[in-house]
Amino acid sequence: MSGKEYRTITDVKGPLVFLEKTEPVAFGEIVQLRLTDGTMKNGQVLDTSDDMVVVQVFEGTAGVDLGSSVKFMGDVFKLPVSKDLIGRILDGAGRPRDGGPAIVAEGEADIIGAAINPYSRQSPHDFIQTGISAIDCCTTLVRGQKLPIFSASGLPHNDIALQIARQAKLKGSDEEFIVVFCAMGITAEEYNFFRSDLERTGALENAVLFVNLADDPAVERLITPRLALTAAEYLAFEQDYHVLVVYTDVTNYCDALRQIGAAREEVPGRRGYPGYMYTDLAMLYERAGLVKGKKGSITQFPILTMPGDDITHPIPDLSGYITEGQIVISRELHGSGIYPPINVLPSLSRLMGGCIGEKTTREDHKSVSDQMYAAYAQGRELRGLVAIVGEDALNERDKQLLDFSGLFEDKFLRQSRDENRSIDETLDLCWDLMQNISTKYLVRLDQKWIDKYHPTEKK
Amino acid sequence: MSDENGVIYRISGPVVTATGIRSRMYEVVRVGHEGLMGEVIELHGDKSVIQVYEDTSGIRPGEPVVRTGQTLSVQLGPGLLTQIYDGIQRPLPVLEKTMGTFIERGVDADGLDLEKVWDFEATVSVGDEVAPGAVIGTVQETETIVHKVMLPPNHSGKVASIESGSFNVTQTVCTLEDGTEIQMMQKWPVRTPRPYHQKYAPDTPLITGMRILDFLFPLAKGGAAGIPGPFGSGKTVTQQSLAKYSDAQIVVYIGCGERGNEMTEVLDEFPHLIDPNTGKPLMNRTVMIANTSNMPVAAREASVYTGITIAEYFRDMGYDVALMADSTSRWAEAMREISSRLEEMPGEEGYPAYLSSRLAEFYERAGRVETLEGEDGSVTVIGAVSPPGGDISEPVSQGTLRIVKVFWGLDAGLARQRHFPAINWLSSYSLYPQSLDQWFRDNIATDFPEIRTEISSLLQVEAELQEIVQLVGSDALPVDQQLTLEVARMIREFFLQQNGFHDVDAYTGLEQQYKMAKAILTFQDSAKKALAAGGLLEDVVNVPARTNLMRDRFEPGYVDRVDGLVDEMNQQIAAAAEEN
Ligand SMILES: Nc1ncnc2c1ncn2[C@@H]1O[C@H](COP(=O)(O)OP(=O)(O)O)[C@@H](O)[C@H]1O
Ligand SMILES: [Mg+2]
Repeated sequence: MSGKEYRTITDVKGPLVFLEKTEPVAFGEIVQLRLTDGTMKNGQVLDTSDDMVVVQVFEGTAGVDLGSSVKFMGDVFKLPVSKDLIGRILDGAGRPRDGGPAIVAEGEADIIGAAINPYSRQSPHDFIQTGISAIDCCTTLVRGQKLPIFSASGLPHNDIALQIARQAKLKGSDEEFIVVFCAMGITAEEYNFFRSDLERTGALENAVLFVNLADDPAVERLITPRLALTAAEYLAFEQDYHVLVVYTDVTNYCDALRQIGAAREEVPGRRGYPGYMYTDLAMLYERAGLVKGKKGSITQFPILTMPGDDITHPIPDLSGYITEGQIVISRELHGSGIYPPINVLPSLSRLMGGCIGEKTTREDHKSVSDQMYAAYAQGRELRGLVAIVGEDALNERDKQLLDFSGLFEDKFLRQSRDENRSIDETLDLCWDLMQNISTKYLVRLDQKWIDKYHPTEKK
Repeated sequence: MSDENGVIYRISGPVVTATGIRSRMYEVVRVGHEGLMGEVIELHGDKSVIQVYEDTSGIRPGEPVVRTGQTLSVQLGPGLLTQIYDGIQRPLPVLEKTMGTFIERGVDADGLDLEKVWDFEATVSVGDEVAPGAVIGTVQETETIVHKVMLPPNHSGKVASIESGSFNVTQTVCTLEDGTEIQMMQKWPVRTPRPYHQKYAPDTPLITGMRILDFLFPLAKGGAAGIPGPFGSGKTVTQQSLAKYSDAQIVVYIGCGERGNEMTEVLDEFPHLIDPNTGKPLMNRTVMIANTSNMPVAAREASVYTGITIAEYFRDMGYDVALMADSTSRWAEAMREISSRLEEMPGEEGYPAYLSSRLAEFYERAGRVETLEGEDGSVTVIGAVSPPGGDISEPVSQGTLRIVKVFWGLDAGLARQRHFPAINWLSSYSLYPQSLDQWFRDNIATDFPEIRTEISSLLQVEAELQEIVQLVGSDALPVDQQLTLEVARMIREFFLQQNGFHDVDAYTGLEQQYKMAKAILTFQDSAKKALAAGGLLEDVVNVPARTNLMRDRFEPGYVDRVDGLVDEMNQQIAAAAEEN
């Protein structure tokens, strides 16, 4: 609508530009800045009134001066959507980064995204086999779920994410996922790792990449995941694809959010993050799921690194309150050379209950998973006691459990980066390992499954 | 410019400032060309500050703001039950019909279906004096619930005409002699508690079927409970179990700032689940409010008020209503977000200084009352609290604990051990036992409170013994203390643990709870005797009949078998002693 340029900037602070204006500007409106040297930047209106407009500048305010001009574009941020997105690499603001042509739009979608009507949702219940035993058995991934990886710096979360992206499939189906990959402030090296892996396996042809790297503008990170999720929604709900959205690193996203909050001099919440971070994250994570009457789905696999390995830090904490479980990566397991170093004890898949069992995975899955978990938890706890009183003080049961916890890590958790175990293989492996505990201590196993599956005691 | 119409001066997220209108506090206004619904929350000279219940992107200064003269209200009448609303009582199925899968903005929807015709049965006659809140007729709203049509609290008089028949909720069913026309639908401002004659002290438990709750930390009908816990500890599962199994007649379930899929789950499940108290689908007694985490925060702020007003309305009919709010922390955060946009002086952790008084006002709307009609009705409130990092020293947990009399503390450690419900038996408490004990004595067993005390003290003793075990291992303890540990383990694994998803185990009636507790104490007695007679601990505790007693609870009809199973256990234990 407008198109007029204003040279009325009064203040520049952090990533924000304040200007007085002469005509009504919309909340959320997209803005173009032209610096005195001709450089162009983009931004968005955060606050608007008759007297003052506050603009957040995605590329940062370096080089902006009071003489820079500002043009209001008359609309909120939209992503041109089309099936042509598949196979493309875009930057953090949605511009081609692969040297390819501009996306020919079949439509435009508001990147903020409207909330799915809870009444229109459909409960997710289809089992996704990732081929990773720890996940498939203990924290089962369900199509349409949002299941983040809680990791920390220096841990192999990227390998795990890639392994999942490569191996994930619906049991008994060859249907491929479209992978929407969204990089937020990760290093070029990490990005290349992702890209070359996707390239190597041919997955790139079935992927859309949105890339904001560590040296790209931090504030841009606030829109990158929204672009990715808008693309995902289009592909899932307009084009019937099953979409797997992998985004990393949510921690960088939150830090960008904090930066904006600080520049606006907002009252900070815990550890300086804005009080609305829960809502803001929810507006990303809740863009997952299945809806009635549509064939496609969005499964989210966000990755976040816990500052100081602290799961109570606001970023993992608020995430855990929104997502449907979490897969926790352990530095200790990583240190003992185990890949994938997934600590199943604090990990959880909230949707698992509705998706495992006779019709989907196997009839004994729940029983086996409960028993594996319980035995490992008890065995792990005994390690602490043994350190004090010595192994001799343990009774027979405790000795078996202690030994089992070692086997659990060495044989069950450990697998190679290209090892793709079927759910049957995983459950058979569980039975194999549980032989090391007398059945009288396996109280979580239904007798009928012992009779049917126990390698030495089956009937 | 008239006082009724103004213009937008400023937009900052969900907060819009308008000039040129002379509005009242908490008045509903229409904002922008799309007429978005908003509520005046602050007045500043000629400026009205408005929280807007829908997304404000794309709205500009200069767009119109129009007064409605109304405060934020809900529509009350037949049609509430089985419905699912957003935070401002827009039915989600209607929103789906008008805008599809995604919630777009600018759409109004009535809380009640104005077209639907109900069979109204008059219960007063021409010439009767009717007081405020008087029941003038009934409607069979669902299979199990009779909706009582009441005179709004601000009306009274002599009935001039009234007729049974088929009416929709806006048609007049009754006129008073002063000419007042009464419809089945009434409106009530959500931020104002509905009136009643007087509050009573609660004296009846809300029976939940969850053993740890009913037996150790009972909640009274008309009471208030807080469930704080970190993520993944079981707040939602507990709330949903309460919605399914508690013996309230009406359930109002508020999903406040939480997951969309959790509401879908309730919607999928409840129509098929049978209410153990009526034998009919649970949906019949349920009203749901879903303002999920990604829906507008201002509507989230309103959602708990919408919910509690509906709860009070059913209370006024003389029903026992239970309201679950999952999670009150998200409500508090919505207040914080709005408050910070208003640039109010923040209190602790950025929450507004009025946080604790808002919490108190909300929980005060719980209670057992004598209704205006002279009936006994109650609203029980159970609020989940989501403390950051699970640390309950934060303001929302603390503000809640100061008011509620029941604290069900969820524990991450227990959840991690898959001990569910992960309610910590050492830190949780209920201040109701004194007022409820008589009920338990009269209705379940005369020694009910004493059995409870024995069970809880065993758990206390266990905690002390565990500290020693951590240092020296359990084998170093004298045999009687080893037995105590075994008994306590039985309490935890057989009694406290309860699988919320198991067809049979999820609900346990009070009589069975009592029998199970007694069975544990019986085990202790027999085992003690057997040990005194020279039995070995290993033999005594491992008798197969005890395992049977414990496992059999997963099969239906357990309550009738317990006594037999206990006898068998006693015999085997005695035999185990003789073998030596
Ligand atoms: N009573 C229970 N019985 C069985 N499982 C439970 C129970 N309570 C919690 N759980 C398990 O814990 C998970 C998390 O519970 P939930 O109520 O969603 O936690 P919160 O709301 O505190 O985040 C559930 O998905 C379920 O697996
Ligand atoms: Mg929850």
